[in-house]
Amino acid sequence: MKGVARSNKAWPLLAFLGWFCFAPMAQAARISDITEADLLERTLRFFSFTDPSLRYALAGSMLLGVACGLMGTFLVVRKLALMSDALSHAVLPGVAIGFLWSMTKNPLAIFIGATVAGLLGAATAQAITSTTKHKEDAALGFVLAGFFAVGVCLLTMIQNLPGGNKSGLDKFMFGQAAAMGREDVLLLAGVVLVCAAAIGIFYKEFLVTSFDPAFARSSGLKVQIFHYALILMLAFAIVASLQAVGVVLVAAMLVIPASAAFLLTDRLPAMLALAAVFGMLSGALGSFFSFVGRNLPTGPVMVLTASAVFALALFLAPRHGILAKWWRHRMRTRRVQRENTLKAVYRVLEDEGFRSESVSLRELAEHRRETLESSEAAIKTLEHHGFATREGADFTLTPPGWKRACEIVRNHRLWELYLNHAANIPADHVHDEAEEIEHILGEENVRQLEKRLNYARRDPHGKLIPGLEDIHGAGARFLSGNAVGFGPPRP
Amino acid sequence: MNQETPAESSAPLEVHDVSVAYHKKLVLYGVDLSVPTGRLVGIIGPNGAGKSTLIKAIMGIMPLSSGWVKIFGKPYAKNCHRVGYVPQRESVDWDFPVNVMDVVLMGRYGHMGLGRRPSAGDRDIARACLEKVNMLPFAQRQIGNLSGGQQQRVFLARALAQESDLYLMDEPFVGVDAATEAAIITLLRDLKENGKTVLVVHHDLATAREYFDMLMLLNMRLLAFGPTEEVFTPENLQNTYGGRLNILSEVVQIVGETKL
Repeated sequence: MKGVARSNKAWPLLAFLGWFCFAPMAQAARISDITEADLLERTLRFFSFTDPSLRYALAGSMLLGVACGLMGTFLVVRKLALMSDALSHAVLPGVAIGFLWSMTKNPLAIFIGATVAGLLGAATAQAITSTTKHKEDAALGFVLAGFFAVGVCLLTMIQNLPGGNKSGLDKFMFGQAAAMGREDVLLLAGVVLVCAAAIGIFYKEFLVTSFDPAFARSSGLKVQIFHYALILMLAFAIVASLQAVGVVLVAAMLVIPASAAFLLTDRLPAMLALAAVFGMLSGALGSFFSFVGRNLPTGPVMVLTASAVFALALFLAPRHGILAKWWRHRMRTRRVQRENTLKAVYRVLEDEGFRSESVSLRELAEHRRETLESSEAAIKTLEHHGFATREGADFTLTPPGWKRACEIVRNHRLWELYLNHAANIPADHVHDEAEEIEHILGEENVRQLEKRLNYARRDPHGKLIPGLEDIHGAGARFLSGNAVGFGPPRP
Repeated sequence: MNQETPAESSAPLEVHDVSVAYHKKLVLYGVDLSVPTGRLVGIIGPNGAGKSTLIKAIMGIMPLSSGWVKIFGKPYAKNCHRVGYVPQRESVDWDFPVNVMDVVLMGRYGHMGLGRRPSAGDRDIARACLEKVNMLPFAQRQIGNLSGGQQQRVFLARALAQESDLYLMDEPFVGVDAATEAAIITLLRDLKENGKTVLVVHHDLATAREYFDMLMLLNMRLLAFGPTEEVFTPENLQNTYGGRLNILSEVVQIVGETKL
């Protein structure tokens, strides 16, 4: 197991060597001390898991990833992402007061103080929105900055107390996974347990109150209770994560893994699971890089890892990803190009009265006002898709090619006729729109159009509209009206 | 079971002197009405007349400033399982990570206990309701990948899955294709035939007379309520749409502001 993990982790480590050059200025002196051998040694030590503080750091970071992933999912689907930012900054005064209360870095005292401060922040925001004309964004912005300012002042006061500069409270700003102890990890485990159990038991209530609160209320649910329960669990997750990620960036651990998961799935249970996994992964990698990079703050590294996961999802997601969208667009463009070539071939055949079944490259090029090379390329694509066969400079449409060509021309002319007749658009204005619609119309639309137009056979410009028989049957014979043509001979 | 025996004798919906204020601005003013069983009722009125507010107030989604509402003779909270609701389609986020089946199953939630999971029976009911609106083939589809008409059918199926006696529907005909509109009206008539009572917020005067057997003309005040042929008169419509109750709405707004 260990060996496999090590070999998997080897290459991102090398990639990160370069990144270390850009590490924060304050750390620059230390990092330049680290030689490559030293770094590898540290990596080996990381994966030997002999260091108890390392074990706590790793377990804690992974647990916080799960807690943040689960709660972040609800924030993202409820469009409350800003809430996470406000809440995480609002807990800072509570951290300081929790410390002052016990005068030690007692995790439980800090947890309680911070949770109370966070809830106070949420309540303040709620009070501002419900009693003034301010909307939620302004209220959250106020709470975020106001509470954070109070917290920074209190922390500075503590730093100036005798022995205060050894309190380790400064680590709450950007996080230091290595500073986590047994109690911190147990606290995180408790939070994960509470969140997972609450979501597991009240899944359907959280689902319906998030998706359609008005409907939930109409079916007798106390929507506010579930909203406050989510805020409370959110506060738990934030406060328990502070030691590892820090106040400033914990919001990112809530929002980024969940947003990445949102790109990858369309179901809430899958989104919860993916967000938890992404959070866990970011936590593990964050603590790893924080460890091998000595005093590198864990928070930023975790957030960078989570952002990398998000970037991957953004590009590679099967349905919503940039790559998938680009690919679909490219496929559509190519199909439209093919269909336009087929249509041009049809037009050439039509201009000749369907007397022969083959078209020369030159005729096509002249018709489309393009170079022979372009026409040749277009015909090659048709051949590639089995729409045409070629002999020297002449080529012939295959039955599937002929069928598709007829369909496109029919769609085009039907749509022109429809615009002309039903929408009263002059005949010389309808061509451009039909150029686009012809590729989109489905068989069902075509049936409706034909019926609506009384199965008319001529378009506004007097050209014949290919019918079903031409598409599925004998081909050009009917259109030309004389015996020369292609397709199976009529009995 | 026996708790429903006295309820049958009372009207599905009774609204007494209900006023509703939104951000201190009065939207509904002293609405009194009682809807008899087995009717298809259209709620008609201009934009901002308080049509949606009325049905939200009935269900306690919006707080009442005064008055009370009774459902089959009981307060809403006691009888909410007998009410089905179709919210406006724009009221939810259609990118939400749920599929059609998930949404229709929400209609069953009111019949389950807290923390309970939908049973096989609930799933059967949800499937049957999807079948009724011709949406069963789309059961696994994410709701954002549906047309407007299909989304409305999903909401309707969810309300059907509630198996209620009184249905409140907010603009179910908005933004739907002709086929869906026809399907919805058939469905509403079926509900009525089965003794259900249906209230529909509707914005299209042209079809109102054809669709509903009772009409409620609303413009902050309830201006008329009764059988369609009696209510649908030029005078009533003129009262509802033409002369806004400008003086009344201004005065009550001033009253509302001085109170606080």
